[in-house]
Amino acid sequence: MRATGGPDIAVGDVLLSVENVSLAFGGVKAVSDVSFDIRKGEIRAIIGPNGAGKTSMLNVINGFYQPQQGRITFKGQTRSKMRPYEAAEGGIARTFQNVALFRGMTALDNIMTGRSLKMRKSFVWQLLRHGPAMREEVEHRHAVEEIIDFLKIQEIRRTPVGRLPYGLQKRVELGRALAMEPELLLLDEPMAGMNLEEKEDMSRFVLDVNDHFGTTIALIEHDMGVVMDLSDRVVVLDHGIKIADGSPAEVMKDQAVIDAYLGVAH
Amino acid sequence: MRRGRKAAIRGEEGTVARDAGGLPNTFTKLLIRNAELYGSRPAMRHKDLGIWQTWTWGETLEIVRAYAAGLHRLGLKRGETIAIVGANRPKLYWSVMAAQMLGAIPVPVYADAVAEELRYVLAHAEVRFAAVEDQEQVDKIQSVQDRLPKLERMIYDESRGLRDYDHTKLNSIEGVIADGGKALAADPALRAWLDAEIENGKGSDPSIILYTSGTTGQSKGVVLTNERSIAAAHDTVVFDHLDENDVALAYLPLAWVGDHYLNYAQGMVAGFCTACPENSDTAMSDLREIGPTFYFAPPRTLELLLTRVMIRMEDAGYLKRKMFHYFLGVARRYGESILDRRPVPLGGRLLYWLGEALVYGPLKNVLGFSRVRTAYTAGEAIGPDLFAFYRSIGLNFKQLYGQTEAFLYVTAQPDGAIYSDTVGAACPNVDIKIAENGEVLFKSPGMFTGYFKDDAKTAEVMTPDGYVKTGDAGFFDEKTGQLKIIDRAKDVGKLNDGTLFAPKYIENKLKFYPNIREVVALGDKRDFVTVMLNIDLTAVGSWAERHNVVYASYQELAGHPLVYEMVAKHVDEVNRSLAADKMMVGAQIRRFLILHKELDADDGELTRTQKVRRGFIAERYAPLITALYDGSSEADISTQVTFEDGRKGTISARVKIRDMQPAAPAPLEKAA
Repeated sequence: MRATGGPDIAVGDVLLSVENVSLAFGGVKAVSDVSFDIRKGEIRAIIGPNGAGKTSMLNVINGFYQPQQGRITFKGQTRSKMRPYEAAEGGIARTFQNVALFRGMTALDNIMTGRSLKMRKSFVWQLLRHGPAMREEVEHRHAVEEIIDFLKIQEIRRTPVGRLPYGLQKRVELGRALAMEPELLLLDEPMAGMNLEEKEDMSRFVLDVNDHFGTTIALIEHDMGVVMDLSDRVVVLDHGIKIADGSPAEVMKDQAVIDAYLGVAH
Repeated sequence: MRRGRKAAIRGEEGTVARDAGGLPNTFTKLLIRNAELYGSRPAMRHKDLGIWQTWTWGETLEIVRAYAAGLHRLGLKRGETIAIVGANRPKLYWSVMAAQMLGAIPVPVYADAVAEELRYVLAHAEVRFAAVEDQEQVDKIQSVQDRLPKLERMIYDESRGLRDYDHTKLNSIEGVIADGGKALAADPALRAWLDAEIENGKGSDPSIILYTSGTTGQSKGVVLTNERSIAAAHDTVVFDHLDENDVALAYLPLAWVGDHYLNYAQGMVAGFCTACPENSDTAMSDLREIGPTFYFAPPRTLELLLTRVMIRMEDAGYLKRKMFHYFLGVARRYGESILDRRPVPLGGRLLYWLGEALVYGPLKNVLGFSRVRTAYTAGEAIGPDLFAFYRSIGLNFKQLYGQTEAFLYVTAQPDGAIYSDTVGAACPNVDIKIAENGEVLFKSPGMFTGYFKDDAKTAEVMTPDGYVKTGDAGFFDEKTGQLKIIDRAKDVGKLNDGTLFAPKYIENKLKFYPNIREVVALGDKRDFVTVMLNIDLTAVGSWAERHNVVYASYQELAGHPLVYEMVAKHVDEVNRSLAADKMMVGAQIRRFLILHKELDADDGELTRTQKVRRGFIAERYAPLITALYDGSSEADISTQVTFEDGRKGTISARVKIRDMQPAAPAPLEKAA
């Protein structure tokens, strides 16, 4: 039940590639001439100091921002322009740096919204809530319950997310993204603002998602420990420019990276 | 229906022993009996993916047969042990049943045990197999596997995260059941072999080994047998009128005797349904959905629930709040009398009925207690107010006293004779003696046959005439005829005049007052009893605010004359309740003082689990203790304290000592 719309790509092949992408807001260059790729089945980290252009990069992949230059190839299809809903239909899901959930709705309903693209019955059928529409609803509810079980959030199923602690809200948001059964999952600082225990839990879930569903993951993270433990490959941005790309160990030894993180004597 | 059943059983307790003789002598044969008698009735429920799944007794038998055949094919043999590690889940209960079917002995282990504890039990029990819940437990066991040479194979319930593990020594429970089912269907010889194996099961075979939690030294494996377990469970099933229509929620640890007794053994004997919560965090809401008829909760859980209710009521609207408190008052006055069927004026009955409709009914519904017919609490002393609250809204909460070695029950309170400070009369067929030193000794139908591989320890707790020493001191209350547990036997001392001195008993009585936080009672080898105590800063602080008592620190508040006055009232009440007991009348509190600082684990005065360290305190506060016994009215003390950031400082204070008049002995005798 993977998202459709493109040829199947074998594990290890390039799922998404970013070529010479530049993005500017007026005179401010957020991303300049960045190229990298994400291979199917891997966990790819995008790191960099504050203001390096990480979230902008994610927004470009996601179709939320339109780059002024460059090309993005996703599942073999090259495009320069894409709308977020097209990205979603194509199998890209994401979470946000600041939790973006429907605060008044329960965890269950929030995750259920992740299924909305997969609902096929017409609006009229949905209104009737009988027969095929009900069957469809049950099917989706089953998928959502699998996710609830996976993320171990059974006890908050019926709790409005606004009442949940931050760490759990993050987990619900991950659940909603998973409900789309994405091919590529973009996580924008999944561990931001978490305590050590919550970070460990979240790391475990990210690894499990990758392992269990085979989902390709691109994540932005500040915590270097987390990045080292989780990711297969790392791309480092600084001031909108790619300064390194490689395995976590390689990147850690890179002088440009060390300079960017620790500062350099002028 | 509730009343009818109770009345019908009264007076039949004498016939229990004979009835037990008619029961099958192993749990497996009981399972077969249940499948015959209650084939289409639910045996087990479990919430999975948000939906309650149900297995009938008939289905359970089929699954367990297949599971047993699968385990046999993996090499599990009669007399061997198999560890069960995880939460309350059907597949783990079936693991217990399947092992018993083969004549193997299940050894449940606490799921939250750290790897080292787990290793100790698994090594001591010499398990070759372990049925575990999930990856967490697999990882834990694998981390110590090099020191578990006997362990060959783990079988797991939850496959998540285990896909890439080496499966040469791992199987899923589902796979084992499927394999066994296929083999049974294909091979009539295997079917016949399994039937014979079941038939070969003897009542005297060990049915389970329960490891004690080991709070006092290394944990010991308590060996229980089929026939004894069944006999004990039968006695209490009759005592509490449990039958196949009952439902219990299994949310307490599998490895604890309470779960194995209350849910597993009683469920097998009575044929009732055991429901497993979705996971450990959802127990509260699952409780509400299942609506158990038989319920057990330790006092701490009850206290937590009550606090939660009270906090939420404070947020309710004015009218609701008023109504709630008014009808709780009504319940306090009449509720317990109505529950115990004592005479109550008509007006009171009507008010209570109205309260049931408006407050108690909805409240019980929210808590999941609507259908509770019998409920127990045990494990520690329960505060009288807390106990009275639950009973007054119509919940038949009772107390029991027991231990693993007895297969739980030693005493229990019969319906209609419930007191917050006793633990009940001896259960049917249980024989209790009080030793010279006050220790409670028992002989019971369910008692253990010994500690696994530890005859020396077994001999230590058995008396020559076959009684088991509980390690607890207690006495029979004259007024009610029920047992009172006062303290651990080793902590009980004597005053110089020979009066029994049980520090914990006195301390607990004082600690039930919200104003009092910690108490240290002194008296062993002294002329009389004195106490040193801590006030509860939150409770007394809010009292001070309401009464315009100004204070700047704990020390100042603790020394305030009005606070002394208040505490003296509490001590006086405790003295009166002590005076009502013939055994305790001489152990009344003669002098007390309020300590100038809070006892703190950082200063070594409490253990990390908030238990008072008597020896250390006696040394540290020696000047105060001397003053308590030399008649002075105040004493100076200076103690070193450790601040939260690790710095050390000294607190000096002059602490006042208050004299108390002992109450007259047993005023209740006049009324009688």
